[in-house]
Amino acid sequence: MRTWAPLLPFAAWMLLFLGIPAIAVAVGAFEKSSGSGFTMANVNQATHGVYLLGFKNSLKMALVTSVVPGVVGTFLAYAVHTSKGSALRRVVVTASGVFANFGGIPLAFLFIASIGAEHALVTNWVADIGVHIWPRFDLYTFAGVALVYMYFQVPLMVLVTLPAFEGLKASWHEAAENLGAHSWQYWRYIGIPVLMPSLLGSTLLLFGSALSAYATADALTDGTLALTPLQIGSFLNGNVIAGSQNVGKALALGLVLIVAVVMAFYVLLQRRASRWLR
Amino acid sequence: MRAKISRRTGVRTASAATALVCCAAAAVTSGASPASAAASNYSTATSVAAFGGMSGLVAAAKAEGALNVITLPSNWCNYGSIITSFQNEYGIKVTSENPEGSSQDEVNAMVQLKGQSREPDVLDMSTPFAVKADQMHLLAPYTVSEWGDIAPAQRATDKTWWADYGGYVAIGYNSAVVKTPPTSFKDLLKPMYNHMVGINNSPTVAGAAFAAVFAAALANGGSFNNILPGINYFAKLNTEGNFVPVISGPSTVQSGATPIVIWWDYLQKSEISAEVKTWKVVIPSDGIYASYYDQAISANAPHPAAARLWEEYLYSAAGQNQWLQGFCRPIELSTMVAAGTVNKAAYAQLPPVPMGFKGYPTQAQVVKAEGVVAADWATDVATT
Repeated sequence: MRTWAPLLPFAAWMLLFLGIPAIAVAVGAFEKSSGSGFTMANVNQATHGVYLLGFKNSLKMALVTSVVPGVVGTFLAYAVHTSKGSALRRVVVTASGVFANFGGIPLAFLFIASIGAEHALVTNWVADIGVHIWPRFDLYTFAGVALVYMYFQVPLMVLVTLPAFEGLKASWHEAAENLGAHSWQYWRYIGIPVLMPSLLGSTLLLFGSALSAYATADALTDGTLALTPLQIGSFLNGNVIAGSQNVGKALALGLVLIVAVVMAFYVLLQRRASRWLR
Repeated sequence: MRAKISRRTGVRTASAATALVCCAAAAVTSGASPASAAASNYSTATSVAAFGGMSGLVAAAKAEGALNVITLPSNWCNYGSIITSFQNEYGIKVTSENPEGSSQDEVNAMVQLKGQSREPDVLDMSTPFAVKADQMHLLAPYTVSEWGDIAPAQRATDKTWWADYGGYVAIGYNSAVVKTPPTSFKDLLKPMYNHMVGINNSPTVAGAAFAAVFAAALANGGSFNNILPGINYFAKLNTEGNFVPVISGPSTVQSGATPIVIWWDYLQKSEISAEVKTWKVVIPSDGIYASYYDQAISANAPHPAAARLWEEYLYSAAGQNQWLQGFCRPIELSTMVAAGTVNKAAYAQLPPVPMGFKGYPTQAQVVKAEGVVAADWATDVATT
C-alpha cells in the first residue's frame, strides 16, 4: 500500500490524459459515423489505399529520421563528452535543448526562407560562393521534410545520449589498457555493449518523435506526401471532410499500435541498459 | 496565427432539393406574440416578429447584454470591425472564442459546451458542417428579415442555416516578380511560372484548396460531377515543376517561395495584398468557382435574443457593406447593387468575374468530390 501510494497522482494523471483518450480512440475506431453500432469499415478504410500509403511513408520517414540522427547524434555526443572544455559542453547542451524543441510552422518557415526558393536567403549566400543547391535540392519532398526533421532530431539525440557517455567510467578504459587491450577492443567488448542499449533506446525515442510530427510536414507538403498524422488531421480538424472522424480514430489507433510496439522495445532495451550500469 | 491555414472550408452547396421545397416554410412568422409573453422563450423565436418588431428584439438583446461568437478572425471579411460596430451600436458585449478555429471546432463547441454560458450563440460555417450540425439538432430555425434576398438554393429548407458571404477562387501574383500576369489555370502550366504556384493547404484540409482543385477541374474538362481532372491538373503542375506544395500565404509570398497563390479572392485581398503592395488578384477565365459560407444560430444559444439581433445586423445594409469592405461578396450584393445601397468604393475593389460562371455544386456532388480528393490527392500529386 505504502509503496505505491505516492504514485497515485501520477497514475490518475496518466489515466485522465493517456488512458481515457486512448480508450476513446480505440472505441471510436470501431464505431459507425452515425454514432450507433459497431463496424469494421473505419479500420478497413484506414488500412487501404492512400491511408496504407500513409502508414508506409510515416514508417519510412520515422525510420530515416531516427536512424540517421541517431548515428550522427551519437558521434556528436561522444565528441562533446571527450572534449576538454566544459564551456563547449555547456554551450552544446543548451543549444541542443533549444533546437530539439524547435518545430512546427516556425521551423518549416525557417527552411522555406532559407532554402525554399530560388532566391531564398541561404540559397543566395551559397550561390555567391559557387555552390548551387537550387533547384537541385527540393525542400518540398520526402528528402526535404526528412532534412527539416533532422534539425530537431540530431540535438534531441545529443541530449539523451550524453548521460549515457557519462556512464562510461574512465577507469574501465584504463583497466582495459592496463590489461593490454587495443582501443578498438575496448569499444568492441566494453564501450559499445554498455552504450548500445541506451543508444538504441534513444533512437527509438527519435522514432516516436518523427512518427508523430505534424505541423512541419503539413506546411511543407500540402498533403502531397501521404503521412498518417496529416491524414488524421484532415479527419479530426479539417474543413473539408465532414463526419468521418472515426476513420481518423482508426488511423490514430494504428499509430498507437505502432508506438506500443516501439515502446515495448524501448522498455526491454532500458532494462538491458540498467543491468549493465547497475 | 493559423487563420490563413485552418479557417473554415468554402465548400458551397446548393441542393436541388432545397430549391424545390424551400418556399413551403416561409410563412411561419405570422402570429407574433408580444415581446413580454415571449420573454422566456427567445430560443424558439423564428423571426423578428416574435419580438414584436425590431425595437422589441433590440430591447430583449440589450437585456441579455452579451453575445458569444466563434471562429471569426478579425481580418476575415472584416469581422473585427463588424464586432466593434455591433458592440458600439447596441452596447452588447461580444466574446470572440477560438478565432482561428475550423468549422469542425464550431460543431465541437456546440456539443461540448452545451448548456453552458460559454456556448457559441451564432455560427459562421461551411455548408457541409451546417448540414451536419442541423442533422445533430444543434441549430435553431430562424428567418432573417432579408430572407427573400437569399436564393432558395442557398438556404436550408428547415431554415437552420442560410448563406452569408462568399467569393471566387482566384489567382494572385506578385507583380514585382511575375512580369507576365497569369489569367487562367492553363497559363499557370507555362514554363515561365516554374517553382511559383502555391495553394493554401492540402485540399483534404482547407476548403479554399479544395475549391481550387474544383475550379481547376472545371478548367480542364471536369464538372461538378467529376473533380478528377482538377487533381490531374495539379499532378501536371507538379511534374512540370510549377507547383510548390507549401502552405502558402503572405509569408511564403514575401520569402519568394510562392510568387503565385491560388486562394479565395477575398483572402488574397485581405491577407496578402495587405502585406504585399504589388499583389494582384484575378479570377481565372477558365475555371470560375464560387462558394458561400452560412450563418446559423445555436439551438441552445445562451443569449438567444442577442444571437437573433446579430443576424439581423449582419443582413442589414450596414452589416452587408461591412463584409464587402473585407472584400467578401455578401449574399445580398446583387440586390444592394440594384437598390443603390451598396458601398460603391468597396464594390469597386472586387476583382471582376469573367463570363462563364456555372453556378454551384450540390451537396451530393461536393461529398463525392471530397471522397475523390481524399483518396487520390496524395497518390496522384505525389511528392517523392
